[in-house]
Amino acid sequence: MSGRIVIGVDVGGTFTDVFVYNEDTGQVETTKVPSTRGDQSKGFIEGIMRKVANFGDIRTVVHGTTVGTNALLERKGGRTGIITTKGFRDVLEMRRRDRPETWGLRGEFKPVVSRPDRVEVAERVLSERDFAFIVAKEVKAQARTLAEAGCEAVCVFFINAYANSENERIAVEAVRSVWPTSYVTAATEILPEIREFERLSTATLNAYLQPVVSSYLDRLEQGLDAKGFVGELLIVQSNGGVMGVDTAKDFPVRTALSGPAAGVIAGQAIAAAAGFDNIVTCDMGGTSFDVSLVADGAAALAPQTAIDFGMVVRTPMIEITTIGAGGGSIASVDASGLLTVGPESAGSDPGPVCYGLGNTRPTVTDANLILGRINPDRPIGGKLDRLDVDAARAAIRSNVSDLLGLSEEEAAEAILRLANAKMAGAIRLVSIEKGYDPSKFAAMPFGGGGALHTGALIKDVGLGSALVPRFPGVTSALGCVVADTRHDRVQTVNRLLSDIDAAVLSHNLQAVANVTQQVVTSSGTTFERIDRLFEFDMLYLGQTHTVAVGVDLSEDLTIDSIQAAFDSAYKATYGRLLDGIPVRVMNYRVTVIGRRPVFDMSVFAPVQGKPSQECCTGTRTVWADGAFHEATLYDRLSLAVGEQIVGPAILEQPDTTIFVDPGLAATVDAFGNLVIRLEERS
Amino acid sequence: MEIDPVTLAILKGRFEQIADEMDATLFRSAFNPIIAEAHDASHGLYDAENGDTLVQGKSGLPIFVGVMAFAVKAVIRKATAQGGVNEGDMWIFNDPYDGGTHLSDFRLVKPVFRDGKVFCYLASVGHWHDVGGNVPGNYNPAATECFQEGMLIPPVKLYDGGEFRQDVVDILSANSRQPLSLYGDLNGQINAMDLGEKRLNALLDEYGAPVARGALVALKDRAATMMRAQISNLPSGTISAEDWLDNDGIDDVPLKVALDLTIDGDKMILDFTRSSPACRGPVNISRSTTIAACYVALKHVFGEVPANAGVLEPVEFRIDEDSLLSVKAPKPVGGYTETILRLIDVVFQAIAQVAPKSAMACAYGTINALSLAGHRPNGARWVMFSFFGGGHGAHGTGDGLNHGNAPISTATIPPLEILEAAYPIRFTKWALRPDSGGIGYYRGGLGAIYEISLLDKEADVFLFGERGKVPPRGIVGGGDAATNRFYYEQSDGEHTPPMVSKMVGIHLERGQHVRLETPGGGGYGDALTRSPEMVLSDVVQGYVSEDAARSDFGVVFTDAGIVEHAATITLRKERTV
Repeated sequence: MSGRIVIGVDVGGTFTDVFVYNEDTGQVETTKVPSTRGDQSKGFIEGIMRKVANFGDIRTVVHGTTVGTNALLERKGGRTGIITTKGFRDVLEMRRRDRPETWGLRGEFKPVVSRPDRVEVAERVLSERDFAFIVAKEVKAQARTLAEAGCEAVCVFFINAYANSENERIAVEAVRSVWPTSYVTAATEILPEIREFERLSTATLNAYLQPVVSSYLDRLEQGLDAKGFVGELLIVQSNGGVMGVDTAKDFPVRTALSGPAAGVIAGQAIAAAAGFDNIVTCDMGGTSFDVSLVADGAAALAPQTAIDFGMVVRTPMIEITTIGAGGGSIASVDASGLLTVGPESAGSDPGPVCYGLGNTRPTVTDANLILGRINPDRPIGGKLDRLDVDAARAAIRSNVSDLLGLSEEEAAEAILRLANAKMAGAIRLVSIEKGYDPSKFAAMPFGGGGALHTGALIKDVGLGSALVPRFPGVTSALGCVVADTRHDRVQTVNRLLSDIDAAVLSHNLQAVANVTQQVVTSSGTTFERIDRLFEFDMLYLGQTHTVAVGVDLSEDLTIDSIQAAFDSAYKATYGRLLDGIPVRVMNYRVTVIGRRPVFDMSVFAPVQGKPSQECCTGTRTVWADGAFHEATLYDRLSLAVGEQIVGPAILEQPDTTIFVDPGLAATVDAFGNLVIRLEERS
Repeated sequence: MEIDPVTLAILKGRFEQIADEMDATLFRSAFNPIIAEAHDASHGLYDAENGDTLVQGKSGLPIFVGVMAFAVKAVIRKATAQGGVNEGDMWIFNDPYDGGTHLSDFRLVKPVFRDGKVFCYLASVGHWHDVGGNVPGNYNPAATECFQEGMLIPPVKLYDGGEFRQDVVDILSANSRQPLSLYGDLNGQINAMDLGEKRLNALLDEYGAPVARGALVALKDRAATMMRAQISNLPSGTISAEDWLDNDGIDDVPLKVALDLTIDGDKMILDFTRSSPACRGPVNISRSTTIAACYVALKHVFGEVPANAGVLEPVEFRIDEDSLLSVKAPKPVGGYTETILRLIDVVFQAIAQVAPKSAMACAYGTINALSLAGHRPNGARWVMFSFFGGGHGAHGTGDGLNHGNAPISTATIPPLEILEAAYPIRFTKWALRPDSGGIGYYRGGLGAIYEISLLDKEADVFLFGERGKVPPRGIVGGGDAATNRFYYEQSDGEHTPPMVSKMVGIHLERGQHVRLETPGGGGYGDALTRSPEMVLSDVVQGYVSEDAARSDFGVVFTDAGIVEHAATITLRKERTV
């Protein structure tokens, strides 16, 4: 008997969040347990056990994981070897001849595969024709040497194999016949796209992650099996879609941003239910502020992301812009007397001055505290008993107020204004800078600190409103439950449009889509429908950057229809067409999406909510817009649907604090979200 | 007008975003890879009265950060002579002697009006693929006059009161081997200017011209204050550094770049009067380019100072007229990149003497502009043109970066798969070059080896490089890096050019190859004090040969490949004496 429970699990650095959805009753439950460092699968299983007695009742577990992310950032993947074309073993280390910072030549780079583990074989193909043939015996010998040296995983990468993969295929077969584990990555199986460094980097990181992510997923499966779980286990990809656990073991590089992507997907779903097509998700942590844009109901995808300097992953990932402005960002006055905030951060340990753990330089959280926006007696997260207001005040006085001749409150507000301006800048970067009108967007804060700043973002960027989800702290776990299944494929074409046989190309696209659809449906998930998307990367002859050109395959492709699609995409991007210059098709991209049934967000609607006056818990003096105000305090989760709170007000709940600035008003919508807008004065 | 510090910080970010977005627009829509991939372009906002740099994009070519102000000044001078600028005007030019760099760099300059007056100028510069001259791609090491390097266009109007002048574009196109590429790049620059004007107008609508102007003035003042503070941290006195260019491509004699740097309280004097006079070949530069190069060097050393004219306020320049570093028309300037790299090297070497902790050893110091050109079966011309990388210098906190880009640029190298798909060539090697980094307590980064063979029937090869004779220097006792090497194959075997890194018209036939071995970066500190374990690691990685580990670093290994400590100590003692 298959169960009716769907579970989303997001494992973060501190907490593991579990989201339980019972399809029979429509009820949802959430829980939080401490993450178990070392083996995250323990905390994972414990979290589920808190809410589910019989694992046989679970139909699906969907997981947003940071195991891959952390392994990349901390350089803790498996020892990996590379087998490559003679003459090219340094491609990974030479990168695209770049440096991490424009100014100051002090960069360093240590590739994840050390030079002796990068070996060459006599092989060479050109994009058009064969040049030298490969000897499987030599490949096997090199593979054995790497395995004996202690490599757990291996990546096979040949120059020009994006166009001519025969040699690489033969070599991979040879390696697989002798490699002791299944951790063998073929670069063109990961990314058959032109540009050797980007392909090799992506494939190498895949191989590097395989021992870590695969074994983690194995442990997870075993742990779930032992509890009697018979359902399907799905993993969130960086592109915001989910994949089956076996696919994740083959393509672990696609989990590089799994956790954050789940958060954006949740934001997208919550917003769609609440009637918002356009949002900017804002995840504020201790050191950073992550922003992502959802326009017309769809999250923006970046074709390529650098996890760190020289660690390039070229697969579509949800575009997440990170800036160094978080609760722990340090405020200081520079040599020219200009106030700066971040990117230097006190993090969560020692953290802000008010934590009392040794930091003496004021942070954004300290500013929020002395302005009365945070309750010193009830710090969120549950790690500390209370916050030290006096210490925060002293730090702001000596490091900012005294130097700028401002009062402590003015100085604290200046810190917040500057932090807000940085966040506003990040939001502008993903919205205005890309031609979107911010007044049509709502900010959606999640994480612990974001909701303190949303009011300012409405005012600074001119955002239309803010939408605060009912449980900002478990957004990513919810995202796991609502995400669709998705697979992206790419293939380099690199031909002039006039040289292309459109009928053959259509046929190829459909064939690739069919194979991809089999991967999507293989996990047994039920879908409402399957979508297939087709796109070309195209450019004028002579250009090197492409524009994405969507095409519709329901009608037969012709050269003219492709040209027309290019013209309209190019014009939309740059404003003017360049007549008389031939057009080239660089790549085609195929995406297959299995749409999951829409999740009913009304399960979050407060039941037995109370009128606002009954939720009032007192008042606190806050400083805003250069003056003291008396802000009313509310217990947010008790508020009934339709209740309106006029700022200045502070709404408290266990996982976040919401500040409603003077001049703003907040309303509880039918899904339990809080909608904050400029107060309409009659 | 006094601007409060918070508004100032916010406006600083807004202005920078405008310039950054102009950069991004051109990079994405440009036609030639030198702009699209190598980012050899720049955008900014400039003072309405004197053309001083107000704000500059962060992603453009660093060298342009300083030099663009001179371009705007040149336009202001010309427009004033013609009765002033009008709304809707846009100027175009590439004169290297008056606000330019070399002929490949085309500039657009446009006034933005507010309330009937010029609020500021916007400018765009980009390196075009081909602007005529004797050599495809315009790096002509044999040029003795600028007329052999390409067309020279003084400031003329591309838009006259909003009217686009197609006749100007026709003249430009007719003088290029790559007219479509030129047309595409020009359009990309116009896109960037349009976007910049739109964004700037939105900002002025929101804040008003007086607040915006007040902020720009305050930002300049603050940059000057910050630079003064940085200079004050250095001990007063005069220090000197000298470095050399191999030759000018015409006469095989070295050319001196000498700096006497004086710190006087919060002021700095950069005196180059001991440098060589102007030369016959194309490594001369204009005075404005010299100043811009020093700005780049100072910004590498003092990373925090902002990108506006205030930075140069406390700095005085002494440069002789008609010298190598202040040349007049028509002396050739096509290889300006090599000379400005040497300027950066002497500033680094001087700073190392007074502030070793924040200093960096010299980077590889040459852009190695290499082109292979031929004709396709249908008669069409093909030109493969690229710059190549090398090692960065070691510095007070670590080893130099292997295979980095030049200090004057943030360029990336094109993927070899793109080059092979586009041109009848095949790379046979693309690798790090062992033992090329300067030795030291910290080791210089490694240069690279690139080997290319010809698949077509025949082609001509042109190279413009440096550091073939005088290696990139180490600092604080660190060793020099390996010199640049270039080999070309002929029927009787491999040859090297008489000028080492400069040559025109090398004729290759099918199957013959060229090989470039680029310098690493200089070392930092005494190599005999480098940790033996780090030396061992370098040997294991193949960065340093076992011979060099022993002879240069004084480290002895056992047959099993581990450090023999007693023997190492003894050897190092002998070497120190």
